[in-house]
Amino acid sequence: MKSLAQRALDTAMQQGAGYADVRLAEERHRSFTTKNGRIGHVADAESHGLGVRALVAGSWGFAAAGHLTPEGVDRAAAEAIAIARASARVQARAVTLAPESPHCAVWVSPCRIDPFAVSLETSLDLLFAVDRELRSVSGITLAETGMEFHRSRQWFLSSEGADQEQTRTLSGAGFAAYSFGESEIQKRSYPNSFGGQHQLKGYELIEELRLLENARRVAEEAVALHRADQCPQLTGTLVLDSSQLGLQIHESIGHPIELDRVLGAEANFAGGSFLSLDKLRHLRYGSELVNVVADARLEHGPGLGTFAFDDEGVPAARADIIRAGEFTGYLMSRETAAQIGEGRSNGCMRAESWNRLPLIRMTNISILPGERPLSPGELLADTDAGVYMETNRSWSIDDKRYNFQFGCEIGWEIRHGRQVRMLKNPSYSGITTEFWNSLDAICSRQHWTLWGTPNCGKGQPQQTMGTGHGAAPARFRNIKIGGAYAR
Amino acid sequence: MPAKENLPAPPALPSDPLSPLLDPDFARKLLEQTLAVAQADATELSLHTGSSALTRFANNGIHQNVAESQTTLSIRSVLGGRMARASTNRLDPASIAATVARAEALARLQTPEPDLLPMPGPQRYDPLARSFAASLLSPRERAEFAEAMVAVARRDQLNAAGVVANHRAAQALLNSQGLEAFYEETGAEYSVTMQAADSSGWAKATSTDAAQLDFVAGAETAARKARLSANPVELPPGRYTVILEPAAVLDLLGFLFWDFGGLAILDQRSFLTGRLGARLFGENIQFHDDVRHPLQSGAPFDGEGMPRQRLTLVENGVVKEIAYARQTAERMRREHPEIPAAPTGHGFPLPNEYGEAPLNIIMQGGEQSLEQMIAGVEHGILVTRLWYIREVDAYKKLLTGMTRDGTFLIEQGRLARGLRNFRFNQSMVELLNQVEALGVPVRSSGEESFDMVVPPLRVAGFNFTEVTRF
Repeated sequence: MKSLAQRALDTAMQQGAGYADVRLAEERHRSFTTKNGRIGHVADAESHGLGVRALVAGSWGFAAAGHLTPEGVDRAAAEAIAIARASARVQARAVTLAPESPHCAVWVSPCRIDPFAVSLETSLDLLFAVDRELRSVSGITLAETGMEFHRSRQWFLSSEGADQEQTRTLSGAGFAAYSFGESEIQKRSYPNSFGGQHQLKGYELIEELRLLENARRVAEEAVALHRADQCPQLTGTLVLDSSQLGLQIHESIGHPIELDRVLGAEANFAGGSFLSLDKLRHLRYGSELVNVVADARLEHGPGLGTFAFDDEGVPAARADIIRAGEFTGYLMSRETAAQIGEGRSNGCMRAESWNRLPLIRMTNISILPGERPLSPGELLADTDAGVYMETNRSWSIDDKRYNFQFGCEIGWEIRHGRQVRMLKNPSYSGITTEFWNSLDAICSRQHWTLWGTPNCGKGQPQQTMGTGHGAAPARFRNIKIGGAYAR
Repeated sequence: MPAKENLPAPPALPSDPLSPLLDPDFARKLLEQTLAVAQADATELSLHTGSSALTRFANNGIHQNVAESQTTLSIRSVLGGRMARASTNRLDPASIAATVARAEALARLQTPEPDLLPMPGPQRYDPLARSFAASLLSPRERAEFAEAMVAVARRDQLNAAGVVANHRAAQALLNSQGLEAFYEETGAEYSVTMQAADSSGWAKATSTDAAQLDFVAGAETAARKARLSANPVELPPGRYTVILEPAAVLDLLGFLFWDFGGLAILDQRSFLTGRLGARLFGENIQFHDDVRHPLQSGAPFDGEGMPRQRLTLVENGVVKEIAYARQTAERMRREHPEIPAAPTGHGFPLPNEYGEAPLNIIMQGGEQSLEQMIAGVEHGILVTRLWYIREVDAYKKLLTGMTRDGTFLIEQGRLARGLRNFRFNQSMVELLNQVEALGVPVRSSGEESFDMVVPPLRVAGFNFTEVTRF
């Protein structure tokens, strides 16, 4: 395999590339779902191929082929060169890359139980048990469960001498219970929406999630929502669970800090960013309690954004994004780091697969937990009046990442430190920096979870990427609540 | 008043059709190889092959430029009422045998599915030619189209970002019961965003035939919108009469049609649950699904190889027909004999949990041009494009999202000036009861939904709830 990658690299350089890199990958994906006591789907997919990225006269070309033969990789390399030459016709500026030492390594992500070695029967037995438990609750009209596993083995070679082999194993699982009433569909998901929890782990993740133990409670909440009061429209105190805070980070911090967006590369599709270059180290992004990092290192945790090297060979790094409320850093590539005069990339180039160009993507973008001990119970007890919301239901933000609106699956009114009544259809909205500046409490390390968002879309052709977001329950003041249902 | 039948005229004669990309005999040999090692009761082979390329520009220069080619083989195995799918992009005999073995192994470990139907036998498909030489753009031709769009930006001192893309794809679906279905298609696309200091404009078009696309006209439209929306002002949120351009219409409508399937009704996850046959929308609302419409694209058969039929989804505001895969139709007849159900050729590849959906939507329109529609509005808002639309409430079909790249105040029938972008929270059921005028339908493409043939709409009382900072 590696010899084919080397052949493609040599061909690209012989045909005139000033720089080239090659990613050759073998991928395996298995997924299965159940729905109302039946199999939803059972599928197993494998894919292999190679992508060649070449820089000619300061312009990029990229070509990918699934046909891994000497002729196939030669064709891909030659096509990358031809494309780069065509790019040079319409060049805004010649590309330069921030320097990077050529790293050579073999890395395998931790995986205690190989998910591809666990029998399908074992997995389906668990999912059907969850399904039965959900449907045993009167009022549940649809029960969905699912698991998925992914393994990729990738070789990265560059014309600068990088030689890296990485194997990553990802797992995910979750369930959802729906209740259809006369004129309403209510839904509860566990442990999160978007198919549950997803991490850089093996089957051990499934065992940790306690799916069956939580099924009845979650189903009962879905049914109870029909009897709950509508979330009122007000401006007040909002408390978010850690999974919703993870998505809030993703949308209102993770995307705007992508330096390619800031520099206009995504203007036609994903959009721009309000974080123009003049705001770096000059913008008060959040309150003093807001400390956010981009951290792809294993030390941060087994996130969907954890790896040893990014897809242009830069080692996993930790970067301060917001320090005590001040905006301090972007997510960068070698090209964009050079463009803004930073000495080195912080390693955020990632591709969905061998057939896609690496783009600047989130790694693990996490808010650090509070330093003083604070549990979710203590946080609610410390809140005189407000609304507590759990589990994302809808999410939307403008193309420069100012104005957002989120809906959650369930809410509770807080009065004098207690959850006094369930609220259905809760939502909140705001402006990014105003929101983060209103954070006045965040729970401590013990209550911090590294959530996986498996479905982040970006780029043309669009790529789907998994990102990690560590978060703990937190409280925000003077937030606009309930606006989604305002008439 | 019900709108009269007014489907758009067919496009001009296409450029030269191409010779086939996928040789049917090659697909038949692969099926033979597959069946030679298969132990299942029935086996289905799905083969996809093709290439695609996309040239992307930003800041008036090409910054990303990609191409890929690939062939994938997917095997569905059925044993004793149990089913699984495995796929690979390695086509050597050993890999094919291994893929068959993976599918069969996963099927064997399941409990039998009592509703599983036998695979369908041979079907008849009318010819459908959608493969055009003009869509085989070289890297140089894509760069030249990009250059032409950038030239418009430079002339007007704007900053252009966009794409020029093309693809060629072929698929074959064969099964051990003798079914054989083949389809090929080319496609081309441009989209362009023109940016000024505090405003922007956007245009996008797709076609199976690149000769039908006017790249420079799209750039001119986007540039005009960017110029006209300079110095935008803020209008308070509230309910306004809006004109939604076709891209905004289709991106909203895309959230409806996943619910127009039998399994969504059986699952009670559709907003049509309990509403089939009811007058749900205004009498001027008509939707069809028709894969053979001259402005549509896609294979004329579904995931099992059943021929796609034309559906009248909504007639005079009444939900008339929905899509059915074979298995869903069988289940609907058994569980709800009062609902007429028959396979319509809209099923997804099996196994799947979503059943079926109509994905070749035609919305009937009127005869007014966009300019005539604007001229008929005393005070309102023109929306070019919507962004980040998400469903807030599944049964009310309450959607939220933002306007983007060209939002204008209309005063006394004219575009008065650009506006800061709004957030909306709008029920689609309500919206389709408040359509006051429909323009001429066109093939349209957005970023939130699949392409459709839809008209621009004038809608009363569109619900804008917030304003953003630009």
